[in-house]
Amino acid sequence: MRFTRDHEFIDAGEDPATVGISEHAQSQLGDIVFVDLPEVGAKLKKGDAAAVVESVKAASDVFAPASGEVVAVNAKLAESPSLVNDDAQGAGWLFKLKLSAPAELDGFMDADAYAEYLKTLG
Amino acid sequence: MNNQGRPTRPVETSTGETRTFTGNRGLDIEEPLLFEIGRLETTGVDIDEPPAHPDRLGDHARRGRIGLPGLSEPETLRHYVRLSRKNYAIDSGLYPLGSCTMKHNPRLNEKMARLPGFADAHPLQPVSTVQGALTLIKQLAHALMTMTGMPAVAMSPKAGAHGELCGMMAIKAAISAAGETSRKVVLVPESAHGTNPATAALIGMSVRTIPARADGTVAASTVRDALGRDVAAIMLTNPNTCGLFEPEIVDIAAAVHEAGAYFYCDGANFNAIVGKTRPGDLGVDAMHINLHKTFSTPHGGGGPGAGPVVLSQRLAAFAPVPYVVEREGRLDLVEHAEGQELGRMCAFHGQMGMFVRALSFVLSHGADGLKQASEDAVLAANYVRVCLMDLMSAPFGERPCMHEALFDDAWLKDTGVTTLDFAKAMIDEGYHPMTMYFPLVVHGAMLIEPTESESKASLDLFIMTLRDLAMRAKRGEVERFVGAPRLAPRRRLDETRAARTPMLRWAAAAG
Amino acid sequence: MRYLPLSADDRRLMLAKAGVADIDALFADIPGDRRLDNLLAMPRAMSELAVERALGTLAAKNVAAGSAPFFLGVGAYRHHVPATVDHLIQRSEFFTSYTPYQPEIAQGTLQVLFEFQTQVALLTGMEVANASMYDGSTACGEAMLMAHRLTRRRKAVLSGGLHPHYAEVCATLARFAGDEIDRLSLDPTAGEDIAAAIDDQTSCVIVQTPDVFGNLRDLTPITEAAHAKGALLIAVFTEVVSLGACRAPGEMGADIVVGEGQSIGNPLSFGGPYVGLFATRAKYVRQMPGRLAGETVDADGKRGFVLTLSTREQHIRRDKATSNICTNSGLCALAFTIHLSLLGEAGLTRLARVNHANAVDLAGRLARLPGVEVVNHSFFNEFTIRMPEPAAVLVEALAARGIIAGCPVSRLAPRAGLDDLLIVASTEINTDEDRAAFADALRAAL
Repeated sequence: MRFTRDHEFIDAGEDPATVGISEHAQSQLGDIVFVDLPEVGAKLKKGDAAAVVESVKAASDVFAPASGEVVAVNAKLAESPSLVNDDAQGAGWLFKLKLSAPAELDGFMDADAYAEYLKTLG
Repeated sequence: MNNQGRPTRPVETSTGETRTFTGNRGLDIEEPLLFEIGRLETTGVDIDEPPAHPDRLGDHARRGRIGLPGLSEPETLRHYVRLSRKNYAIDSGLYPLGSCTMKHNPRLNEKMARLPGFADAHPLQPVSTVQGALTLIKQLAHALMTMTGMPAVAMSPKAGAHGELCGMMAIKAAISAAGETSRKVVLVPESAHGTNPATAALIGMSVRTIPARADGTVAASTVRDALGRDVAAIMLTNPNTCGLFEPEIVDIAAAVHEAGAYFYCDGANFNAIVGKTRPGDLGVDAMHINLHKTFSTPHGGGGPGAGPVVLSQRLAAFAPVPYVVEREGRLDLVEHAEGQELGRMCAFHGQMGMFVRALSFVLSHGADGLKQASEDAVLAANYVRVCLMDLMSAPFGERPCMHEALFDDAWLKDTGVTTLDFAKAMIDEGYHPMTMYFPLVVHGAMLIEPTESESKASLDLFIMTLRDLAMRAKRGEVERFVGAPRLAPRRRLDETRAARTPMLRWAAAAG
Repeated sequence: MRYLPLSADDRRLMLAKAGVADIDALFADIPGDRRLDNLLAMPRAMSELAVERALGTLAAKNVAAGSAPFFLGVGAYRHHVPATVDHLIQRSEFFTSYTPYQPEIAQGTLQVLFEFQTQVALLTGMEVANASMYDGSTACGEAMLMAHRLTRRRKAVLSGGLHPHYAEVCATLARFAGDEIDRLSLDPTAGEDIAAAIDDQTSCVIVQTPDVFGNLRDLTPITEAAHAKGALLIAVFTEVVSLGACRAPGEMGADIVVGEGQSIGNPLSFGGPYVGLFATRAKYVRQMPGRLAGETVDADGKRGFVLTLSTREQHIRRDKATSNICTNSGLCALAFTIHLSLLGEAGLTRLARVNHANAVDLAGRLARLPGVEVVNHSFFNEFTIRMPEPAAVLVEALAARGIIAGCPVSRLAPRAGLDDLLIVASTEINTDEDRAAFADALRAAL
């Protein structure tokens, strides 16, 4: 699992890769009330706005950490957006991406590097 | 990642108060919904059944019930009187909402608005039968132009955001007329109110955010750097959302004009400068005026507003229809575009009811009163600021403010009390909280606008109350805050639940 | 000055505390050469008495609708509002309160909005309604934009029965948003073939019923035609009392319903403030503009109400908001709710029957005048007559005789070639004498 500076995670251990937001991100957002997911079949470029995670007071854009095609979205989030709060990096995943350029993942942080990065944010 | 998250459901739930049979607490009455007390057959209005008549509804008659309950007159009065008593209001106490200008709503305005010649006139009556109404619109328009130093005004927008849309449409129309359609970017400071970028997006423009300086104001050099042939306009609030007058505004306006762009000014904070300076003299091309802020038309629980837009000479030709003109010694309405008018913003002529109230306010105050009101508003805000600044942290130091004082939450660090908790504790003390978490550029913002309507005694009590709360927070009396409010008609409400499972209308209980 | 509580002594003390020598030190950021040294070129402060005289003089120069036989509608209607309504909306806590952002001390406003939303949903036959818009015309424009977002198409088809002001609002919005409008010609007899104008680029079809000429329209076939092409049906009404007698747009398959609520609770007020009604299907609620009150519970488990789904709105979503709207029409929505609570279903339906009866009576009288023809097959409380002379001239002639006769179509559309048409409304406020006087005066003027 790797992390971006925008607090997304991407788990390319399997194909397709799983994308979501980090545990830190969900704690910053507060109670999540709605997730606007991309359409299955959507073709995203790295950096495209892919999803929106809404809490009561805020709406956060989630950007595609890498280029690819959306092959699945987490349908459970429609009924239970709280899954993102309870288990952001597990059951609260957002969508699955079939990567078109896996090299784009170079330079993302692993868990330790991300933890260090979080410390610098203060 | 957006870090505006804060608790949106109650965490602290213990009470320990007396439970009554009714659930009432003295004068605070638990009132059910209309749909739980009304009956479909009941009506509080006596209407005689009409005599038999041919039916011309054709096949279009309603079949089946609507489901609307009614109440007798006494029940209606009791229901809504009880509900009214659950609201805080300006008439009850100081309402320190920054950027909202919660000043006194004079009752003379209401008497004037209810004169039959104003209240009972139809917008499409023959123009010869409404010369008084047209004269009033013209007089208010003239007053707005005088106060702002601008040569033209569009009176029809129905609210501030609507006026903003109108002003930006006028700018886009002017740009199109000049053939400069590549100008599609609007500059907006990061401290701007959310309507500004939303308005830009509505007219198909994209937003380029410009940063503020450490002191909360925008530098002309920053604006210069962001200008280019693709920029249509800048949208600035002045005084800005931090309560500060933009000191470089004249240079900013000059730079914007040199670059061929327009200067839109959000007039939400006009109350600070009426009679002290004129936006037209500062280089503004278009500015909406919130009649329900600066000119005391009532807030009414959220509206109606009115947002006339003053316009510079360059934009005057693009003002929307309708507008009042003088022709052959009497007043007339131009309701269809005769030239480059941008179109129509709404049906009919605008918020006439608010025009009457605003003109009543303007006439009552006069040139001397308007100036005094702005001075008192600015003085009151600075008085509050100075009396609190030893306890509460101000992001821009000891710099004087205009009509509103901004604090951040640095002073609450390590107390276990957040801006939200502090605000909720104010409710128990009998005060509506100040604007919280706006502007976004300051962490845990608290924006206090007392207005000119407060007596010194009222300001002093408010200050002493906040000082008491601030000292308690610093002493670690967390209980006081995190469970607040305890004495209001409701305690903290579960907004998470309201958003996750929206219940937006009454439904009969199942089973 | 009666609205300014600070005394000269207060100001002195406050200035000293603020650490400045005089008030202008607090305005130091205003560039010196842009500061106003003199007072604005306006009169000085006036007493209440003086203001009453000045504004009373202006008010007296208008003909109040209640002082004459009155038959004008076209989007704003004169109805009787019970005394209770105006009394209640002037209660301080409704009148001088703000948007309910602190729900603990705004349950009055929030519960009223929840009741309002329910009433509007019931009247229109739709699943969800918002807490009001500025007015019917801007609600119509916002509905069009919502349809564009939902369908991802950008062309709206506007019926020729849509109030021209509403159509112009849509056209203005479309022009600046870069969208397209197909505006069918004004259609006094409701004979247009709107289905033929719908294609697979159409986002929505906007149809008014009763239309601006008073015709009642069956939305069902139009809805089917729209849905067949993937477009939405937006139903519009300008006379909400019609919903007390006519089929609800929701029952005819409308996807979004918008209209003007002024007739219930609110005076004519020369065009504003009014109250826009907006309702839609539950599945579209996240794309609906405007405020929403929702039910929830508080920390003690007691039912309460809050503003909800705010992430659609400008203060959060900013440039991605559903709209730029801040205010709703709070006090006007309150007046609507109170009046409709007083009426109830029984009162509203009876009120609608009286309106229809009066209009039918008036239409009968006018149709008997030589050269006058009632254009409509069906109508509620408003209809159109064709006359042998230009309607605008006749309206002026009748105004000179103290009768407000209706709206010439030429006022709404000067180039439509419909100068001989007059739109006439008759509500419960007309008496037999009024209607007789109108017919007699028109006969004399022809």
